[in-house]
Amino acid sequence: MLGFARTLRVAGVAASPDRVEAMLAAVAALDVLDATDVYWSGRLTLCAGPDDLERYDAAFAAYFGGETPRPVPPAAQQRQRTVTTAPMDPGEGQGDDESPPDLAGQASADEVLRHRDVAELTGAEREQLRRLFALLVPAAPMRLSRRRRPSPHGAVHASRTVRRALHDGGEVTRLLHRRARPRPRRVVLLIDVSGSMSPYADALLRFAHAAVRAHPAATEVFTIGTRLTRVTRELRLRDPDKALAASGSAIPDWSGGTRLGEVLKAFLDRWGQRGTARGAIVVVCSDGWERGGTDVLAEQMARLRRLAHAVVWVNPHKGREGYEPLTGGMQAALPSVDHFVAGHSLAAFQQLAGVISRA
Amino acid sequence: MSETTVRPVTGADGGIGGPDELAAALEGTGYLPDEGLATAAYLALAMHRPLFLEGEAGVGKTALAQALARVTGRPLYRLQCYEGLEASQALYDWDFGRQLLHLRAAEAAHATGDTETLEASLYDRRFLLARPLLQALEDSPSVLLVDEVDRADDEFEAFLLEVLSDFTISIPELGTIRAATPPLVVLTSNRTREVHDALKRRCLYHWLQHPDFDREVAILRRRLPDVTEQLAREVARATAKLRTLDLLKPPGVAEAMDWATALHTLGARELDPDVAARTLGAVLKYREDTDRVHAMARGALFGGA
Repeated sequence: MLGFARTLRVAGVAASPDRVEAMLAAVAALDVLDATDVYWSGRLTLCAGPDDLERYDAAFAAYFGGETPRPVPPAAQQRQRTVTTAPMDPGEGQGDDESPPDLAGQASADEVLRHRDVAELTGAEREQLRRLFALLVPAAPMRLSRRRRPSPHGAVHASRTVRRALHDGGEVTRLLHRRARPRPRRVVLLIDVSGSMSPYADALLRFAHAAVRAHPAATEVFTIGTRLTRVTRELRLRDPDKALAASGSAIPDWSGGTRLGEVLKAFLDRWGQRGTARGAIVVVCSDGWERGGTDVLAEQMARLRRLAHAVVWVNPHKGREGYEPLTGGMQAALPSVDHFVAGHSLAAFQQLAGVISRA
Repeated sequence: MSETTVRPVTGADGGIGGPDELAAALEGTGYLPDEGLATAAYLALAMHRPLFLEGEAGVGKTALAQALARVTGRPLYRLQCYEGLEASQALYDWDFGRQLLHLRAAEAAHATGDTETLEASLYDRRFLLARPLLQALEDSPSVLLVDEVDRADDEFEAFLLEVLSDFTISIPELGTIRAATPPLVVLTSNRTREVHDALKRRCLYHWLQHPDFDREVAILRRRLPDVTEQLAREVARATAKLRTLDLLKPPGVAEAMDWATALHTLGARELDPDVAARTLGAVLKYREDTDRVHAMARGALFGGA
């Protein structure tokens, strides 16, 4: 059993010791010699979400079926293997310096499944900019919650008033009040990591890290390219470089092509409609380069708009003089966008933080 | 729902011998679990561990708790979660109105007792309003359904965790209330947000899926005995087909039952394209989905017996 738990951990299921203990108890309550009973007792105790189930099934078949386990290699190994790939253009602007990205190889149809070693980036300017990013503390937008708190004014808090009256011998001497407590509104960042956005991806992820660090419970970050990847967990690491390295290895489609519409649909199906996008401020960071038709994108943006409190679109190219949103993707998305902003420099990011907190 | 009389498998937790026996007992109440769910429910009973159920809306998460209550003959306490749910609505509250009344009555009677006795009498059990979590612990053994826990906020999860870890509730003025037998706890979630890992770790986790064709037909036949076999089969087949269409909200078992009921109410004995199109509102709840299905060749979806 313990060997199986180890196999599971390698496969990416967080089979913690207390879970393993629960599995042993479950097997004891059933039949140790019955493969089905062992299967279910492990699945019920060791898995924590639908993502785990597939990995569990594979690991179970491998471990008890006598096959050679073929676990998913941990992120660190993959990163080492692909150090040589994905040269990253360090041309992301400092200050207001503009860096027109190379638009030639964008939106490639092939998904380039390569991992980018973010830690390899060097350069004094980038170092300087990173330090500045660390100072960025985006203020959270607020909303009123259903939860109330005591307050000098507002509606009368009947139970507290009477409770106080009990202390005063049953005499109501003072009315106590309460009112709704403000809570941070959820912010969802969708960051395009396709080839055409690669000069900005690093800066955008740093911005995302600052946002997650400021309000870990109310911020969600996904990367979009040829597929959808949730990187919120990785970005919760305190150290920005470690967080970026972790999310870098979690993203399978760095600098690949773009399928904005389809990936946006995947986000809405899997997360957005269930609640992640509901009443949230959704920030899409992309240049809007869509390879295929833009119908899906237009449709999904309209759907997003109906779910979200506000939709912000960040396009790095908007910071350039004479920019017109002419790409098909931008044209399709703009009718459903509340705020269209630039995102090419630190100053632009500071503005973006302001837009989010006021949205 | 067919109200068959169920002989509760009461007694100690050893009353049910294994997953198969529990599955058979559940079938007796009209709830048809698959192997995994029966095992999960059995382990929850045997190990005194809460059962955390996730899955699409309408796959029968809430119905399981009701069926388990009937099978075990235990009372069911249901706590519907929502944002801002507070301890005073989930655990207990003092009946301040009656306390005040008691105080006034004591004054009027010129009770000469010292203040301490008076104060102690104010915080008596009879002035305590038990809410679902406390009710489930006091009325032991019971079944506690914490429905849609993902709708509650983090603060609520924190004290739910406290209650579920040792099945006690401590009331400062009164003392600790402990369940003689831990209640059978069923938590459901639609995954509108990620529930905290600390809570999940204390539970058995089961992901409920849509039933396969045969099981769905059996469920429809069982729950709606008046519906013809043919109609049940055709509704199950059409529903299964709808689930493959990549809709915004794929229909669950609950929707299939609604649909079959709607068709039956209209006097349909089989699913023909016209009556199907008219009753589509029972299965599809988004305009986009309805448009999409209408745009398809109707025969492709509803034809073919």
